[in-house]
Amino acid sequence: MDQKKIRLYREVALKSVLAAMATVSIFTTIGIIFSLFSETFVFFQHVSIVEFFTTTIWSPSLKPQAFGVWPLVIGTTMIALGSALIAIPMGLGSAIYLSEYATKKTRRILKPILEVLAGIPSVVYGFFALTFITPLLRSLIPSTMIFNAASASIAVGVMILPLVASMSEDAMNAVPDSMRQGAYALGSTKFEVSTKVVVPAALSGIGSAFVLAISRAVGETMIVAIAAGQNPILTFNPLQSIQTMTGFMVNVALGDIEQGSIEYQTVFAVGALLFVLTFIMNLIARAIVKKNKETYA
Amino acid sequence: MSPQSELLKQTIAKHLKRRKRVNAFFHGLVFAATMTGVIFLVILLAKILNDGIGFLSWSFLTSFPSRFPSKAGILTALVGSVWIIGLTILIALPIGIATAIYLEEYANKKAKFYHLLTVNIANLAGVPAIVYGMLGLMVFVRILGLGNSILSGAFTLSLLILPVIIVASSEAIKAVPGSLREASFALGASKGQTVFRVVLPYALPGILTGAILAISRAMGEAAPLIMIGGAGYVGFLPDSPMDIFSALPLQIYNWTSRPQTEFQHVAAAGIIVLLTLLLTLNAIAVFIRNRYSYRMD
Repeated sequence: MDQKKIRLYREVALKSVLAAMATVSIFTTIGIIFSLFSETFVFFQHVSIVEFFTTTIWSPSLKPQAFGVWPLVIGTTMIALGSALIAIPMGLGSAIYLSEYATKKTRRILKPILEVLAGIPSVVYGFFALTFITPLLRSLIPSTMIFNAASASIAVGVMILPLVASMSEDAMNAVPDSMRQGAYALGSTKFEVSTKVVVPAALSGIGSAFVLAISRAVGETMIVAIAAGQNPILTFNPLQSIQTMTGFMVNVALGDIEQGSIEYQTVFAVGALLFVLTFIMNLIARAIVKKNKETYA
Repeated sequence: MSPQSELLKQTIAKHLKRRKRVNAFFHGLVFAATMTGVIFLVILLAKILNDGIGFLSWSFLTSFPSRFPSKAGILTALVGSVWIIGLTILIALPIGIATAIYLEEYANKKAKFYHLLTVNIANLAGVPAIVYGMLGLMVFVRILGLGNSILSGAFTLSLLILPVIIVASSEAIKAVPGSLREASFALGASKGQTVFRVVLPYALPGILTGAILAISRAMGEAAPLIMIGGAGYVGFLPDSPMDIFSALPLQIYNWTSRPQTEFQHVAAAGIIVLLTLLLTLNAIAVFIRNRYSYRMD
């Protein structure tokens, strides 16, 4: 074989190897769906899907067993809403400050500091919630339980804050300067430019950041496993001990659960629900950006 | 001047004053929002240093875990983390970089396969970490029969950080100027030679920076490792990838969830070790970015 042909074969082989590596990510998705739904399917042969979605008592390991998933869903919702209550105003405020008010120098110092918050492992936030935020809450409101949703929400909120801040700031930076200058030329103050020009123009990016941040909070595990409790009851009181979907999964995995038992399958059913919920939120986040993509060329 | 226009002037002046006051107030508000995040970070670090520094010692780093807080050490978790992260790098880095090369240099960007790959990677990036743990439990621990081993953990974390590595590598490859490729082709180099001898060396600092950030994420993850059966307490050092394992975040979680308050301090000492490692990794990333990034102006 001549030199040219060898070289051609080598090129084709190289491309095939690279393409094969690229399919790993596709097999990951297939693997996730297969892992979650095969066991979930078995689970729903033992537990009625109606009971799972319509009843409100969750007791998969204690007799009498009950499989109403709502206490876990409400627990997760409380954490998600509580953390959003912190992360959204603070994240948006930080983004407005960094993008509109801060001098270049201040921004160069503050932005990396905020990004450090995103790099801290969630188990560290969990530790901080349990040993600092909870005692603080208990000294303010003595009826607060040792494990409670509020403390975990605060920690989750701070953890997702950098995500809200940096995505919102990116969206605001994409707003062309000519729009700001137009508003300033009309005599607007910085406040008016920020809230009436920049934020509305960046709204789709900001909205997408909010949804993604909430999705992150829904999937967050270690903070809630450490600080929120293991108490799957239906409550809306943030000072109560609760359990989230992720908290339940970790709790079962830490115990000695027999493979193939109903408790074992419960983890997959809850995991499948978690996967579907976060997947839908991620789709929404992307749809918001796509639909409202305005080009200012 | 007529009395009306005098009145109008006064009204405008009053109005302007109010608008400026609103602006000043808003400036303070968004600055406070930004500083809240910063202050939170400072308190978190101070609390952990204050709690843990007293328990940090050479014997803490070189001892096995113990039932007694004063004798507890972090050695098995440290060695477990080094094993898992080392293997994760070996698995995830080649696959991630190969995928990025395929996407940026080889794939037809109008083809369905390219679209499928990119959408899929974006979706995987939003899947909660604990769901990867379910995948690992089903596929690596059970179907492939790897058990609760270091190898299962490394495979699981590799899939978890793969989207991050792919996205970072793609960005770095995209930033390579087209003129470099053209020059290489003009000299008669093949596609493969161009990619591996021109594009990759130029993109490498960017790829490594992204990879290091992905690896720091893997180092702090606890939830997926708990799902695949990683232990919070292992009494011996692993000597093969098939051994059971602990890891830093698992050990910290185990200590945090113990009722004795002394273990909170041991946990804080463990967190200091983990954060120091993460800080070192990030410093390396910054160093690589500053030292080795080429400038083509």
